[in-house]
Formats: sequence, C-alpha cells, structure tokens
Amino acid sequence: MPWAVMSGYADEGETAAGAFYTAVDVQDFRLRVTGVTLSYDNRVEVSAAQQAFEIKGVAGDIRQEIFSAKVRVAGDLIYGSMPQIATGVQFKNLLDGDIAEAVGADAADAGMDGYVSFTRLHLGAVGGYNLLWNLSLRATKANQMGLLGYGGDENAGYQLMPEASVAVLLDNGLAVGGEYRQKPDNLSAFSEDDFMDIFIAWFPNKQVNLTLAWADLGSIAGSEKQSGLYASLSAFFY
Amino acid sequence: MLRKALLFISLISWSVHAHCGSLYEDLGGREGIATVVDNFITEISFDPSIYPFFSKTNVPRLREKLEEQFCMLSGGPCEYTGDTMEKVHTGMHISSAEFNRTVELLQSAMDDAGVPFTTQNRLIRLLAPLREEIIRR
Ligand code: HEM
Repeated sequence: MPWAVMSGYADEGETAAGAFYTAVDVQDFRLRVTGVTLSYDNRVEVSAAQQAFEIKGVAGDIRQEIFSAKVRVAGDLIYGSMPQIATGVQFKNLLDGDIAEAVGADAADAGMDGYVSFTRLHLGAVGGYNLLWNLSLRATKANQMGLLGYGGDENAGYQLMPEASVAVLLDNGLAVGGEYRQKPDNLSAFSEDDFMDIFIAWFPNKQVNLTLAWADLGSIAGSEKQSGLYASLSAFFY
Repeated sequence: MLRKALLFISLISWSVHAHCGSLYEDLGGREGIATVVDNFITEISFDPSIYPFFSKTNVPRLREKLEEQFCMLSGGPCEYTGDTMEKVHTGMHISSAEFNRTVELLQSAMDDAGVPFTTQNRLIRLLAPLREEIIRR
C-alpha cells in the first residue's frame, strides 16, 4: 500500500535503511514478501522486494520482483495547509509467468504501476486521538498485483484505481485502522475483487514496526472468498 | 423534522464539548502546566542535539514565558508577555528534525507529568501552526 510518507523516520538530511517481511495466509494461497528499503531527506525512497505466491498443495511458487521509487512532491504529513503528496513508480518483473500466460494475461513478463498518494495526520482530531488517512490513485494493468500478469482479454490498458486507508493512533506506538483497495478485473477466466483489511500496527520504537491485519481478498484465480491473516514486520537500521 | 435534526446535532456537539472539558483544566491548570514546563526544560537539558541551542538561555525567563504561552493557548487565564515566536527563533536555523525532536521532548515531559495521550495531542495541535515561525529562520 503506497503512502505519501517515506519509509523509516529519516528527516531532512537523514537516511533510513530498513528491511521488511510480510506474510499473508488465506484459505488456498500464501504470499510472502521480502524486501529492503532506503529513504533519504524525507524526500525520496527506493525499495526492492520479492513476492513468492504459493498455491497451497501445488509445487512451485509464482515469484515477482518489484523495484520501486517514490518522491515527496509537496505538503507535509502534519504541518501546513496541504497533506503530504508523493508520487511513485513500481517496476514489476514476473519471474514465473506460465500461469499468467495460461490464463490469458496480455503480458506475462513485466509491468509498471504509477501512483500519486496523499497522506495526512490530524492531531487530536477524534476525541483527542490523532487521525491518519491516506488516499492513493494507482495507474495499473496488474492482475492480482501482477502475480497473474498484466492486462487481459477484457482490458489490456491502464486503469486508475483508488486505494484508501484510515487509522486512529491510540497512543504513540499503536494504531488501528482499515484499508480499501480497488483492483482491475482484466481476465475473463477469473474475476478479481477489491482488497480490504482491518489492521493494528505497533511501533514500539523507531526501529521496529509490526502490523497485523485481517484481510478480505475476495476471489483469487477462481477460488472464492479468500480471507485470512496478514502479518508484516519491518526493521530499520539508520 | 429539520428542527429535530438540529436539536439532535446541537445535543451531540454539546455532549462532545462537555466530554472534552477545557484543555487548560485537562492539563491540570497552572500547577499542571508548571510541572509540564519543568519536565520539558529538564528533557531539553539532557538532550545532546537540542541542549546546545539553550546553553546561553535565561532559564527562569524561558520557564515563565513557556508557562504563560501554554496557559494562554490552552484557554487559561493568562497573557503571553514574551517575544513573538519569529523574533525569538530567528537566527537559530532550527531544522525540521530539531523541531520534531523538541516536540518529542515535550511529549515525554507530558508523559512524566501524567498528562493523557489525548490531552497531549490537543496541546500539540495548538502548537503545530507555530512551526512555520520557528524553523529555518
Ligand atoms: C512548538 C515549538 C516551540 C515553542 C512553542 C517555543 C516557544 C518558546 C518560547 C515561548 C520562548 C521564550 C520567548 C521569550 O523569552 O520571550 C522560546 C525561547 C527559545 N526557544 Fe523556543 N519554542 C519552540 C521550539 C523551539 C525549538 C525547536 C528550538 C530549538 C531547537 C527552540 C529554541 C529556543 C531557544 C534557544 C530559546 C531561548 C532564546 C533565548 O535564549 O533568549 N524553540 N521558545
């Protein structure tokens, strides 16, 4: 989920480097994501990640590499009159494109997403608690984030997909919230649903973040009603 | 129907107001604010990146002006008699990182004074607009 905030806590002139691991486990699938991220000057962020998508009971993961860059273009998370605005690109390399090809994806090797994100924290906005929201608009062709290729027989072009999150900070290190992510539905072979989740995020210090979520991913590759637990751990070393 | 709706809305906003109380009271009045400011000055004096700004500062004056400012901003019966934020902080070249660090020190000062998180947020919200008059000058 792209937000307009940069990874880590790097302020002006500072650098933050970190690594993250995410696992999502639903009825018929499991997704693992491993990645590294580097941000500088509270201005730019680059990251590299590898996704491994497992179809339970079937040997061989579908792997995808994602290289991302993001730049903060205007505004501020907390101060001033404008929300923080960032724009970014994600280059996706599908390493195992056989299934994407078989299900009729327009491209089964590589794709690119572009997005613009708006994020704002409102101090003391709900009964004294801080309110955080994010709105992103993503231009994408990806089928199931790219794991089933890019574009399809029903739509081969870019579409603009909104993604929205809202969270309340219960104290300095704990947030609860929800997220909704609209997705394309490009393939006639499989229908694709929007993603949504409710999450709790824990920031015991500036080095560690643990997020747990219950995610409803809808229909994936013909398997209906996929939902389950999402867990993500990030660690930052300056 | 419209009258009922309006009554309902005013009841809600009344109960929200009644629930919050004045920030000045929630901070513990003059005494509570004095404790917060004391803790804040202690936090500053132990912070290696922020203390150098204050090495030549007249601390009794700073304490008095901060107390007045927090009291006035939170709706208490005080008047701020110090200099403008712009005048005080010009020439210091305070970075946004140093500003954020100082806000963290204020948060720990309030933690130590037993000020609840929601009350802390409400005070910081009132200080946030002053940032533009304080940093990069
Ligand atoms: C919301 C943030 C801040 C508020 C509300 C604030 C408020 C004040 C007030 C009321 C005074 C006393 C004014 C007077 O004596 O007339 C003062 C002085 C001072 N402030 Fe700030 N300040 C803030 C942030 C900062 C930051 C981030 C720094 C440096 C990192 C800083 C450095 C100083 C110094 C060094 C003085 C003393 C000046 C002297 O020695 O005369 N302030 N501030």
